[in-house]
Amino acid sequence: MERILPLFVIIPVFSAVSTLLVSRWERRKFPRIWSILTVSSLIVLLYFIWNQGVLVHEMGGWKAPFGIVMMKDSLTRFMLLIINGVALITLLYSYSYILKREDYLRFFSMFLLMLAGMNGVALTGDLFNLFIFLEIASIASYVLVGYDIGAEELEAAFKYLIMGVLASMSILIGIAIVYSVTGSVNMADIARFIEANNIVDNKAILMATGLFILGFGLKAGFVPFHAWLPDAHPSAPAPISAMLSGVLIKSLGIYPLIRIFYNVIPMSPVVSNIFIFLGSLSMIVGALMGSGQIDIKRLFAFHSVSQMGYIIVGVGLGTPLGLIGALFHLLNHSVFKSLLFLSSGAIQSSTGTRNMKELGGLREKMPVTSGSTVVGALSISGVPPFNGFWSKLIIILAAFQAKNMWAASALVLTAFLTLMCFVKFQRHAIFGKISDTVKRSEEAPLPMLMSLVIMGLLCLLIGLFNQNIIANIIAPAQEVLLNKGAYIMSVLGMAGGG
Amino acid sequence: MTLYFLDFLLFMIGLYALVTKRHIVKKILGVAIMEYSVNLFLILIGFKMSGASPILMKDMDFVTFVHTAVDPLPQALVLTSIVIGLGTLALMVAIAIRLYERYGTFDMHEINRLRG
Amino acid sequence: MKKKNGSGMSSIVKVIARVMVGFMMLFAGYFILLGDEVPGGGFPAGVMLALAYILITLAYGREFVEKKLPGVTASKLTDVGVLIFLFMGILGLYFSGTFLDNFLKNKDWWFFSSGTIIINDVAVALTVGMSLYLIFLALAIFGRVVCEGTLCRDLGREPGEEK
Repeated sequence: MERILPLFVIIPVFSAVSTLLVSRWERRKFPRIWSILTVSSLIVLLYFIWNQGVLVHEMGGWKAPFGIVMMKDSLTRFMLLIINGVALITLLYSYSYILKREDYLRFFSMFLLMLAGMNGVALTGDLFNLFIFLEIASIASYVLVGYDIGAEELEAAFKYLIMGVLASMSILIGIAIVYSVTGSVNMADIARFIEANNIVDNKAILMATGLFILGFGLKAGFVPFHAWLPDAHPSAPAPISAMLSGVLIKSLGIYPLIRIFYNVIPMSPVVSNIFIFLGSLSMIVGALMGSGQIDIKRLFAFHSVSQMGYIIVGVGLGTPLGLIGALFHLLNHSVFKSLLFLSSGAIQSSTGTRNMKELGGLREKMPVTSGSTVVGALSISGVPPFNGFWSKLIIILAAFQAKNMWAASALVLTAFLTLMCFVKFQRHAIFGKISDTVKRSEEAPLPMLMSLVIMGLLCLLIGLFNQNIIANIIAPAQEVLLNKGAYIMSVLGMAGGG
Repeated sequence: MTLYFLDFLLFMIGLYALVTKRHIVKKILGVAIMEYSVNLFLILIGFKMSGASPILMKDMDFVTFVHTAVDPLPQALVLTSIVIGLGTLALMVAIAIRLYERYGTFDMHEINRLRG
Repeated sequence: MKKKNGSGMSSIVKVIARVMVGFMMLFAGYFILLGDEVPGGGFPAGVMLALAYILITLAYGREFVEKKLPGVTASKLTDVGVLIFLFMGILGLYFSGTFLDNFLKNKDWWFFSSGTIIINDVAVALTVGMSLYLIFLALAIFGRVVCEGTLCRDLGREPGEEK
């Protein structure tokens, strides 16, 4: 069974490369169908390894502290579910999305490479291997952000690229410092070394901690490092915005942070306070700056910053309830934020504009699209039967339980600000008088509608069945995080692959 | 210790070029200098003064190899990191060329249509 | 007495380039074959291969090299290199149960002492070499095509697929 683990990286890379070898015939249809088949096969593989416990695969036959390991436990399978699920629905959407630059082969091959990188980040047990897969996914996303090579897209891609390179360099220096203190780059080995020699207060580890927060925080988009997010997410084509804001900032930013700070370097009060402070700042700044935007995609991008703040406050609180809330909000945010970005892409390709003041009365001309947009807006504001309400409630309860009144009040304030902003968005764009630009438009094509309806139904179902989902999917992931000894034991103690 | 200090100085020079200069190509050169300094830092971690290169000859004992050779693991990490840096740098230059075609200028202060 | 005949540079440059290219490709082969004992390996071999093609392009002009190695073929050769690497990894998965295992290391019928590393080096050199050559083409020769409107007609690719 461990042989399946590398296939999560091999299959997307193989599909990406073989897409480019197609000759002149079938240049339009082939990459779309091929990529949908690829991601479906990945989801089937994920179903096979779902209940198999902890699997460890050592690459090349080298034993654990010396070789590179790929490891699957509950947190990994949770991340893989989110990544591949959102990717499948986005690929279904982009079946009929028309790019400004008509080069579909390279679009889908870069998309699959980004997917391979994200799968690799989730599956790896080695710190430098994490860096390599992070770079693969990041470089593919730099290309995809500037894919419609207009003036603004290229400027956004350049700014994103420079800040991403800064982040990667910080992560590399952090990895070098950790290697110089502990003598190994294997995550379980580092954890065992730090625990055995009790060097948590080491100044070098503290500097590495700061560098990791800088690097991974830049990839995730917290407040001092958020400047690339409102430029890059709107300028990308709509399926790429959904992938970036829905999956990439979580899988490349938040997942390595929680893996490193819970399983490798133990969580100290300093780091916890930094997370809570930065998270609260992100929430309030994101929501405030999002209120003044007219471009709908830029509005969604600012709210991505603010919801990332929610997740990091949950992580920083450190209590079991806080972690459950953070992981559940991670799942919910992937679903409803991708829904919002995909529907904004449908609106843009039908009406030709992203300006809120020019849109009005969408629900008469495009009923299905506006219905799913309303579902997404209600979910992100935290209205009861949908999924956003439950995860926000859990995080607020965890903040009250930890007696952290500043964080709790920031959380409640942001919920109000988000609600106000999305009510304004709905009033301008969806309800209200029909405007001239909307009069000339018509409903989006069928694959786009199918993916929007699927996402909307997922929002409702996750909201209704939240107890079931928390017990089966999220609670095991949270237990892995809090249980460092089991992590070390499973990687170093296991007697090899096969 | 002076080696680490000089490496840090190199990083600061690259950072200064990235932050202060207005021309895009100068910023890209600043990023390249920073990448060099990070790779150098990785190699310096495994460095011993007057150490041998980490190649295990046929008649060499394993213990003497561990004691006299420099650490080979950071060198493998740096090889990968150089290749990644090459790809990123090529992408930056390509975007800079297309930016010049769109905006007509290389000055970063003029390329700011996205604001707010 | 240097006069330009056709495109490319003068005759002296052409003659010297003709002589040097052979040595460059030989150097690339040396890196691949002895990569496990001597500092070298796949990546510098690929760089030397790319530099050989770049030298010929600079000396003789683009049309001459298009007949020998068209840009489209170079693009496909990068993918073939990645596919060879993945195939060797999958063979390792099939024979020994772990990805990228060195399953040819102690076989008698295989005449390299390092096992599958030689084939991986060849794949890496092919990928890196053709990628760098395409980056050179995209930036230097095709970089000046102005893209107006929605279709973009340059043949160079957006680089950045390094493994």
